[in-house]
Amino acid sequence: MSYVTEHGRYLRGWAQQALPRLVLAPSFAAIVLFVYGFIVFTVYLSFTNSRILPKYNLIGFENYEKLFALRHWSTAVENLVIFGGLYIAICTAIGLTLAILLDQKIRAEGVLRPLYLYPMALSFIVTGTAWKWFLDPGIGLEQTLQTWGWTSFEFDWIKNRQMAIYTIVIAAVWQTSGFVMAIFLAGLRGIDNEIIKAAQVDGASNLKLYARIIIPQLRPAFLSAFVVLAHMAIKSYDLVVALTGGGPGRATEMPATFMYSYTFTRNQMGIGAGSAVIMLMMVAAVIVPYLYAELREPHRGR
Amino acid sequence: MAANAVETAVRTGRLTRALIYAALLVFAVYYLLPLFVMMVNSFKELDEIRGGNMLALPELVTVAPWIKAWNQAQIGVQPTGLAPYFLNSIKMVVPAVIISTLLGALNGYVLTKWRFRGDTLVFALMLFACFIPFQIVLIPMARVLGFLGIAGTTWGLVLVHVVYGLGFTTLFFRNYYAAFPTELVKAAQIDGANFLRIFYRILLPSSGPIIVVTVIWQFTNVWNDFLFGASFSDFDSQPMTVALNNLVSSSTGVKEYNVHFAGAILAAIPTLLVYIVAGRYFVRGLMAGAVKG
Repeated sequence: MSYVTEHGRYLRGWAQQALPRLVLAPSFAAIVLFVYGFIVFTVYLSFTNSRILPKYNLIGFENYEKLFALRHWSTAVENLVIFGGLYIAICTAIGLTLAILLDQKIRAEGVLRPLYLYPMALSFIVTGTAWKWFLDPGIGLEQTLQTWGWTSFEFDWIKNRQMAIYTIVIAAVWQTSGFVMAIFLAGLRGIDNEIIKAAQVDGASNLKLYARIIIPQLRPAFLSAFVVLAHMAIKSYDLVVALTGGGPGRATEMPATFMYSYTFTRNQMGIGAGSAVIMLMMVAAVIVPYLYAELREPHRGR
Repeated sequence: MAANAVETAVRTGRLTRALIYAALLVFAVYYLLPLFVMMVNSFKELDEIRGGNMLALPELVTVAPWIKAWNQAQIGVQPTGLAPYFLNSIKMVVPAVIISTLLGALNGYVLTKWRFRGDTLVFALMLFACFIPFQIVLIPMARVLGFLGIAGTTWGLVLVHVVYGLGFTTLFFRNYYAAFPTELVKAAQIDGANFLRIFYRILLPSSGPIIVVTVIWQFTNVWNDFLFGASFSDFDSQPMTVALNNLVSSSTGVKEYNVHFAGAILAAIPTLLVYIVAGRYFVRGLMAGAVKG
C-alpha cells in the first residue's frame, strides 16, 4: 500500500478515517441481521399460519389468541412464575447470607469462595444429570436415607406432578446461588468501613448495623442479581430438559420448552414464534430499563 | 469489586464466629455433594449403586464405566461413546472463541478510542443482543444456516456462537479499554501511528487480563451450550452437551447410572479445569457480565 501521489494520500487519509467504523461494521451488521433482523422475522412469522415451514400470508392475531387459550401455555407461564419467583428469592437469600458470612474476616475464604461458585462453570445438562439421580426416589437421596434406617423418609417430588417444578428450583439454586454470593460480596467490599465504624461508635448492634446501614447500601447489587436471575429464569431450557424433560406430563413445562416443542416437534411454527415473541417481551421488560439506566450515565474514561 | 478489598469492620463474638464457620461449612458440603456423589458412583459397579448408599465410597473400584462412557456407550444409534462428540465440541469451541474474542477486542477498541456519533447506540444494540432469549432467533437461524449450506455442520455452530457471543466480548473489551488512557492513543497518533498499529502496539500488549477473562467466558458458554447444539447440529457436529443428554435420557435398556456419571464428569472436565486454573478470571467475567455496562 504505497500510494505516493496526492490522490493516493487523500485515499489513505480517507481510509484511515473510515477504518475504525469499517472494522466495527461486520460485527454490527451481524448483530443487526442475526439479532434484530431475526427478531423481525420471528415476529412476522407469529402473524402467519406457518406450520412445519414458514409461510408468509398474514392472519392477524390468531396465533396469539390460540396461544393464550392453550392450557399447555398457561401451565408453562404459571410454572415460570413459580420457578422464577422462588429461584430469584432463594438465590438472593442464600447469596446474601453467604456473602455476609464470608465477609466476617473468614480465614478460609480463599478455599470456600471457589467451592460455592464452581457450579457456575458447569453445563446445566451436567447439573441436571446429577440432580435427576440425586432426587430419584428409587436410587438417590430417598433410598440412601432409607438404607441408613430412616425408613419412612419419602422424597418423590421429581415424580410428583404437584411438586416437580420445585425440583427445578432446587437444582437451579444450587447452580447459581454462589454467583449471587459473588455479586453481593463485591457489593459488601465496596462499602466504606468508616460508615460502619461510625455506627458502631454510636452503639448499633450487628443486626441493626446490617438491617439499617449495610444492606440498604447493597441496592445496586440487588438490582444486578435480580436482572441476571430474572433473565436466566425466563431463558431456562437446558436444565428442564435434562432434569425432567418437562414432565411428569407437562408438570414442569416452561415457555422455553414450549416454544421448542411447538415449533420443532408439533409443527405449529406460528404459535411457536408467538411464544418466542412473548419470551422476548418478558426479557426486554427486565433488561431494557436496566441497560438504559446503565448506559445513560456519563461513562468513565472519557 | 476487587477480591482483595478490605473486609468488613463488623465485630463478632466467639460463639457467633463458631456458628458462622459451621454455616459456611454446611454450605460447602451442599455445593460439593452432587459432584462428590457423581464422582464416587462413577467408579462403582451398577449393582452396588442399586444396593443403596450413594455416599459410600466404592467397595470395588472399577474404571469400566469411564471407558464405556468414553468410547463404547450407545448414543443415538451408534455405540461410539462420547469421544467423537468431545472432539466435535473442541472443533467448535476453538474457532468460535478465537474469532469472537478478536472481534470483541477490535470492537471495544473502536468504541472507546475512535468514538463516533451514535456509538453508544451501536453499543447498546450489541449489548441487548447478549440477553435475548435465543428462542427468538431459532427459526430464522435454521433457515439461514440452510441457505448458507452450513446447516448441521461445525462451522454453522461456530457462526452461531460467534454472532451471539459478540455482545459479551465487545462489552468486556469496551469496559477494559475505557479505563485505558486515551492520551497514549492520541500521542501515538501524533507520532504517525495508524489505527491498527496503535491497536497491536499499544492496546493489545496490555490486554492480557481481559483476553483471559473473555476467552474463559466464551469457552465456558460455548462449551456448555445446549440449545444451539440441539437445534443446529447432526452427528458430525453434535457437541458434548447434546450427546450427554442423549446418553442420559435414552430410554432403551438398563439405566447405567455409573456410565452417566462418568459421562457427565467428562463433559464437565474442560470447564472445571479452566475454573480451577483461572477461577479468578472466570469470576471477573461473570461480574463484568452482570454488573457494569
